Amino acid sequence: MRRFFVLVGVVLAGLCSGIASLSAVCSAQELRMPEPVPAGDDAIISAGGSGKGTFYLIGPGISRKSDVNLADDIRISGQDLRNAGAYLVIVCSSSCESGTLYVTPAKPYSLAFIVHPSRVPVARNDAVSGVAFPFDQYRNLVRTPLDINFELGTGKGSELSHSARTQEGAAWFRTSSGKSAEILKVTASLGDISAERAVQQVASDPCNLRITGGRTKTGIVVQTEPVHDCAGNPVPDGTIITFTAEGPQGKATVDAPIKKGIARAAMEGNGMETISVASGVVMGNELRIGAQP
Amino acid sequence: MRILLPIVLVLATAVLMGLAFIAPGHAEGTGMETSAAISGLSPDASDPERVLHSLLTNVQRRQWDAAFQGVSKSNGIDEASFIEDWKGADGSLRSFSALEGFDPRPLHITNDDAQMRVVLHWSTPVGPIQNVRDVHLVREGDAWKAVWPKFQIPSVPAQVVPVTYLRWDLVSGGSEELWGSRNIDSPNVRIISMNAVDTAEGAVIMGEVVNEDTIPAFVTVNAILIDAAGNPIDEESSFDKIDHVLLPKQVTPYRVDFPDIALKNVKNVRMDEKASLVPASADPVIGVMNQKLDSDAQGKAVLHGDLFNESGETVNIPHVIASFYDANGKIVWVADGYVERALLPQSSESFAVEIPKSMAGKIQNFHVVVNHYSLEGS
Repeated sequence: MRRFFVLVGVVLAGLCSGIASLSAVCSAQELRMPEPVPAGDDAIISAGGSGKGTFYLIGPGISRKSDVNLADDIRISGQDLRNAGAYLVIVCSSSCESGTLYVTPAKPYSLAFIVHPSRVPVARNDAVSGVAFPFDQYRNLVRTPLDINFELGTGKGSELSHSARTQEGAAWFRTSSGKSAEILKVTASLGDISAERAVQQVASDPCNLRITGGRTKTGIVVQTEPVHDCAGNPVPDGTIITFTAEGPQGKATVDAPIKKGIARAAMEGNGMETISVASGVVMGNELRIGAQP
Repeated sequence: MRILLPIVLVLATAVLMGLAFIAPGHAEGTGMETSAAISGLSPDASDPERVLHSLLTNVQRRQWDAAFQGVSKSNGIDEASFIEDWKGADGSLRSFSALEGFDPRPLHITNDDAQMRVVLHWSTPVGPIQNVRDVHLVREGDAWKAVWPKFQIPSVPAQVVPVTYLRWDLVSGGSEELWGSRNIDSPNVRIISMNAVDTAEGAVIMGEVVNEDTIPAFVTVNAILIDAAGNPIDEESSFDKIDHVLLPKQVTPYRVDFPDIALKNVKNVRMDEKASLVPASADPVIGVMNQKLDSDAQGKAVLHGDLFNESGETVNIPHVIASFYDANGKIVWVADGYVERALLPQSSESFAVEIPKSMAGKIQNFHVVVNHYSLEGS
């Protein structure tokens, strides 16, 4: 009987010491989260306590589980923290503790630069706009205010320089197109990072579209004078010019492309012909060619 | 009973076959021909209708020698040009077509000559095409012969036609994948006119599109009909009733057909024009000459004219799309038609586009564009 009471006492003492030690671990699991870390940097979390535990990391683009020793610091590799945002950290042994780890974008590494449009007629007000977004090397948008310099220029040099501070990760500009039909190079730069885009400034609609023509042995040949827009830029080759001739044989139309600055068409007809010209919705002069003698 | 049924079936089959041989018929549809057209039997040369029927049946079967036997040699036509007239050449639409059937009818017949009108039904890669031909037949001795107009095979003299090539290259940017690094805007196209009409076949939406950009565009126009409750009724595209490849500042008509839909059920039409950048050539240049509104042999209103290829490149299948306007300049109809013969360099081909009777009276003006398909790439 005496032996029995001794055995019961030993078992109870063991249970009590186990419960006591368990309660000691739970109370020690107070996760100490670090200050926000830049993307790609290692982070260290202290869990406290002792014994083994399970570590969970859940964040943008990642979820990871590993066994950890609670007495040691938990080191999270920068490889697991490439995406900026909030990460949920959970450490479990007999119970679980959690905390939030904030990862901020690293320093700017590249610029996403969107320029619109890629083609623009010359001399259009507020026709060209561009937006730049700084990104770190892990493609996180850098939202801290940064000064971005925009430069617009053609082969003849810089035409516009404008600095803008990013707001929530974006800086932008808007400007008018130039007066000559040529490539406009638009550069956004941030320190030694830059991105270049090209905007093709093209001639506007033809202006003062004029034709000349005359009779040949077989009919009529008409051609435009060199086709320009109102600013004097040559209208690009390939632009369609529509010639229409009306005469006793009926109507004749030719859609002829501008080649080397002029459009030319051969038309049939031996009577009195009235020839008109148009390009898109722009009309030109009328030409009367007399009947074949 | 077991024996009776097969006997009845065999007898019925025999009777029907007999009727098919006896009954006057034509080759359209079933492929059954009259005795005159059956291979190995000579046509009844004393009847101009049967002679023409036999000739066309042989053409349909591509039995050229037999067909040519029914042709009068009086106008100097040779078999090669007769065959080319029917078979086509140079990758033309005709060369991909088959004569599916024909409907001949006499216009007048005397003892020595006859005038027949035949509607030819072709099956082609662009759908069925009908054309009408008037055939003159004369009695030569005891036999009737068709006087087939001498088909002039276009002959283009050897020459060098200088072409200034225009080409648009797309530089797609560097290897970086960041936003904006490869941005090239789609061509800027705009619908400049639109009209909706009811026809016997259904509602038709038509208009014109212009490429306002400085680069070529591949354009498609879709239309969605919306009912009073705001629900879509139907969506259709312009399919081949548009010139899809538009050079800068080029204008094309478009037409979208909605079969079996009445406009009274339509509250709204949502237009959707899509344009993408495509490689395109500025050649060939095709002139549309001698355009006139007229009536054809059947009394239908047509716009006809001639296409003239000003370039040095053969256009295998020319496609004509015409827009028609009323006195106020409003577009009232869009019609199209394929030319069955290839358009050789520096040569002409005639075309005709049919106009519905209901529209013919309203038309005051028209504009024709030519779409072209070349086997070497259009």
